[in-house]
Amino acid sequence: MSGYSDVLDSKVPDGPIADKWTNHKFDMKLVNPANKRKFEVIVVGTGLAGASAAATMGELGYKVKAFTFHDSPRRAHSIAAQGGINAAKNYQNDGDSVHRLFYDTVKGGDYRSREANVHRLAEVSVNIIDQAAAQGVPFAREYGGLLANRSFGGAQVSRTFYARGQTGQQLLLGAYSALMRQVNEGGVELFNRQEMLELVTKDGEACGIVCRDLITGEISTHSAHAVVLATGGYGNVYYLSTNAMMCNTTATWRAHRKGAFFANPCYTQIHPTCIPSSDPFQSKLTLMSESLRNDGRIWVPNNFDETRAAADIPEDERDYYLERKYPAFGNLVPRDVASRNAKTVVDAGKGVGSLKNGVYLDFAAAIARDGEDTIRAKYGNLFDMYQRITGENPYKQPMRIYPATHYTMGGLWVDYHLSTTIPGCYAIGEANFSDHGANRLGASALMQGLADGYFVLPYTIGNYLAEKLGSAPVPTSDPVFAEAQADVTDRTNRWLSINGTKSVDHYHRELGKLVWDYIGMERDKNGLEKAISEISSLEEEFHKNVRVLGSADTLNQSLEKAGRVADFFGLAKVKARDALVREESAGGHFRSEHQTEEGEAKRDDENFKHVTAWEWTGEDSAQNEHREELTFDTVPLTQRSYK
Amino acid sequence: MEKTHSEKTMTLTLKVWRQEPGQTGGFQTYEAPGISEDMSFLEMLDVVNERLIEDGTPPIVFESDCREGICGTCNLMIDGRAHGPEKATATCQLHMRSYNDGDHITIEPWRAASFPIIRDLAVDRSPLDAIQEAGGYITAPTGSASDANLTPVPKPAADAAMDAAACIGCGACVAACPNSAAQLFTAAKVMHMNLLPQGQAERWQRTENMVETMEEYFGSCTNHGECHEACPKEISLDFIAMMNKDYVKSKIKNRKLSGQG
Amino acid sequence: MAQTLSKPGGTQRPAPLRKPVKPLPFPLSLGQTAIGKKWLMALTGIGLIGFVVAHMVGNLHVYEGPAVMAEYAESLRTMFQGLLPRGTVVWVLRLGLIAMFAIHIWAAVTLNSMNIKASPGSYAGGRDYIAANFASRTMRWTGPIILLYVLFHLADLTWGWWLGDKFVHGDPYHNLAASFARPAVLIIYIIANIALALHIFHGAWSMFQSLGINNPKYNAARRGFAAGLAGLILVGNLSFPILSAAGLTDEDNRKCDPYAEEVLECLEEQLAESGH
Repeated sequence: MSGYSDVLDSKVPDGPIADKWTNHKFDMKLVNPANKRKFEVIVVGTGLAGASAAATMGELGYKVKAFTFHDSPRRAHSIAAQGGINAAKNYQNDGDSVHRLFYDTVKGGDYRSREANVHRLAEVSVNIIDQAAAQGVPFAREYGGLLANRSFGGAQVSRTFYARGQTGQQLLLGAYSALMRQVNEGGVELFNRQEMLELVTKDGEACGIVCRDLITGEISTHSAHAVVLATGGYGNVYYLSTNAMMCNTTATWRAHRKGAFFANPCYTQIHPTCIPSSDPFQSKLTLMSESLRNDGRIWVPNNFDETRAAADIPEDERDYYLERKYPAFGNLVPRDVASRNAKTVVDAGKGVGSLKNGVYLDFAAAIARDGEDTIRAKYGNLFDMYQRITGENPYKQPMRIYPATHYTMGGLWVDYHLSTTIPGCYAIGEANFSDHGANRLGASALMQGLADGYFVLPYTIGNYLAEKLGSAPVPTSDPVFAEAQADVTDRTNRWLSINGTKSVDHYHRELGKLVWDYIGMERDKNGLEKAISEISSLEEEFHKNVRVLGSADTLNQSLEKAGRVADFFGLAKVKARDALVREESAGGHFRSEHQTEEGEAKRDDENFKHVTAWEWTGEDSAQNEHREELTFDTVPLTQRSYK
Repeated sequence: MEKTHSEKTMTLTLKVWRQEPGQTGGFQTYEAPGISEDMSFLEMLDVVNERLIEDGTPPIVFESDCREGICGTCNLMIDGRAHGPEKATATCQLHMRSYNDGDHITIEPWRAASFPIIRDLAVDRSPLDAIQEAGGYITAPTGSASDANLTPVPKPAADAAMDAAACIGCGACVAACPNSAAQLFTAAKVMHMNLLPQGQAERWQRTENMVETMEEYFGSCTNHGECHEACPKEISLDFIAMMNKDYVKSKIKNRKLSGQG
Repeated sequence: MAQTLSKPGGTQRPAPLRKPVKPLPFPLSLGQTAIGKKWLMALTGIGLIGFVVAHMVGNLHVYEGPAVMAEYAESLRTMFQGLLPRGTVVWVLRLGLIAMFAIHIWAAVTLNSMNIKASPGSYAGGRDYIAANFASRTMRWTGPIILLYVLFHLADLTWGWWLGDKFVHGDPYHNLAASFARPAVLIIYIIANIALALHIFHGAWSMFQSLGINNPKYNAARRGFAAGLAGLILVGNLSFPILSAAGLTDEDNRKCDPYAEEVLECLEEQLAESGH
């Protein structure tokens, strides 16, 4: 194994875990305030991580250029997070602490994350809440005016802060307002409707990006001392996911092709409480807060060819399978367990709904116990949303739910500084792999995005920039830029010239089906091998037969999608390969060959207690595998059990 | 009784505004057969587009992203109503069960002088960002915040601020307003912060700057109330009244604050 | 199509429709912005509504006969006589009224042109109004109708342009009856007063919003107040021609010949006899 880890240096500082970050902040090189103006930093993506990073670096005095492909930074998909954000404030005096949040996150990540990073995340979590409250994020309050908390995702303490069901929206608006303040003050230059299509490197260091203006089609180049990618996850490789339509992997994939290692692409979080798809043209899936499982009972009919309405099925012909299999946790088992069990019963043919693709989430018992008004007060907006989408009234009949791809734990490999393997190229938020290990806890995505953006990257990037003092960024007149620009132009024109017969969406849907079937909730060797070959042939067909109409010099959504889907093909292949080599089950990666007798995930700490990071070696060869060994000095390794 | 999922499909006739950049646009009529009532409105358009691509016609350009009613990207004028016929529903959350077989649907882009059409149904709403940029923030540089519970926020204030902050910035208020006024958007943004204790220091400058930037781009409010009806988040007209009051006050307060009172 | 402006740095954004103006000192600065103008419109609107109500209530004297009506008319001119020369107060009030009208109209005209600039025309496929009612959408038409009517009304009953020989200065009872005797005037009067009621119906609600008078307890009552006020004014004002036609104000019952030289003295004597 040691042969793998030679190139990956996590740069985790020495010392006791609780002091690492504090000491490291002191040890890092600082940039004199007068010199900060001399450094230019590009931030791609303006979600929670990107907007907070750009704003904070702008405040520090760096010359920041922020890029978004939306019309406004406020549209990034961070906005859709519902539940909340964790922080080890212990305002409820229920025994929470930085250490407990750290511990829970490492354990919840199934021991596949880097302890030092997670501890730092838990440490700065408290600052995030202070920061957000000061910005005017309207968190829920108690009657006394102090912040309210709730327990989330099965956590034993109440550490989740929330703003109704719109926590992501409110935190993003907070970061966005900080960003707009910097735009107003000139600290940040904002480039909207610009899609990054290439990372530019010179002598192995990141020096800029190539963008396409989505309105005019103009291909432009931008240079800087460092490039920060905050471009989110790759969940849309499944076509159907809870991600937004435009979420894509292009920025991270382009960086990967330029030398950034891609870590743990097999880890995908499947969220158990989504609304099942209703027709073949479904474009996305909608998530409903996990909190529904606090009061809803999950069941399927015993009969395979059940045609009766839910209410007409007697109790003894129902299978409350989670309560049956996991008497201690019941309907509150972790996301991956709930998801996998739903898949098992639906695959067995017991699914409900006209497409037989869901399971019931039944509130009849809760309504009988607490009354409809209580349930409405708790979940009213979720019930309304469900009814709007399905046309069914969940007060009168059970909801139908099914798991959907929600979050990707994998991403660009980064060290403790959040630097990718390309010096000068950083990845933050969902775009990196760092803090969640194999599985992310509920209400931790917002925490990580903001931790990276507000409190980690702005410090660590200074360490890199300090060494660049006195050197101007590589000018965009340098041949490396012209080359990258020509490359992007060629690629763009190529899509238009194929003039095949099938739309981009067609191929995206087909790709999504393959990825869902073979690299979805449950994977096995045969399936993964099949996936690699089928994805490759579909990719080949895509490049020969896709039809992109219109021209390159205008708003052309098919053209945008073509580039994104092309990169998803590459990602899907390495995802399959990653899942294939990880011969164990951990968190969001379940190999059916590796399960306990009860059908639970079986980790193999002896052989797989590492991060797998893939190195691009060219179009015609598979990526090289690298490994970063993980050490667990503080949190003892245990096997999860929810029995 | 449980509603059985109908296999029923419908055929619709769409009158869609198509416009090339730099040219004047017009309506094109498309048939949309085989539409399931479980589809969302935008999925119905996806299906129409798929067919247009097969026929070699460039697909209809329309914007959307999250498709769950929170990002505010989708923006269609459907049969003369911003976001279509359903109350408190963004276009992406509108479902085809609101329609019947044989219906004719007219789809137009949002129209305002400051929302120029980019192509077909896509418009440029970035002037809303200009308003935000002018003061839609509470200055709190990273690291400067004290413990969050040091500043209790009365629950009614927190709730009212949240009501305002629910705005998704879609611009439906502008599209629905006969004067193309952005009063509801601006009021939501201004009052979200003006209602909170944290927002008091900048309250009067914020109000003055945001309102005056708004007036550089948009029309004036004549209290029709169309904006509230179109708003997918049902932002209250009360915020407009509050902002109006704060604005006139700001004219006095800002002088006082600078010692000229 | 608006021209796209690039901020330094590349934010693409349509160019503003209006340039920021150099602020005048407060309170003149209120007149430079739309919200300020709406505020002025609301304040002048309150004043104008006050006038309309006072005018209507005053005119109810017509039902007490020509003598009381003439006395009421005279009392307006003789307010604070002794302290101030005859007619001073009424002229101060008139000037105030003219100023309010001017501000109200100026704000309306400038806001209207701002709105026309901001909204490039209606939707090609039509617009389906939900909240906007007939009154709110016709403010820009009912306003000018009212203005034209006010001018007509002054010319007709204050300056007597069209009544000619039939116009008797100081005998409003007679002038009113003579004016309403012409069907065209009657129609103009009714149309104008419906326009006025519509204008007040929206204006009286709208002013609360514009002034920022907002209290959840009373918000629902604001619509009711506006409807009540508009209804009251409509009923009061329309009563004059209707009751006039129904014979309640009857020229034939007069004891003073309206065309006599000494009509004003005659009316005064009549008042003294009735014990006023």
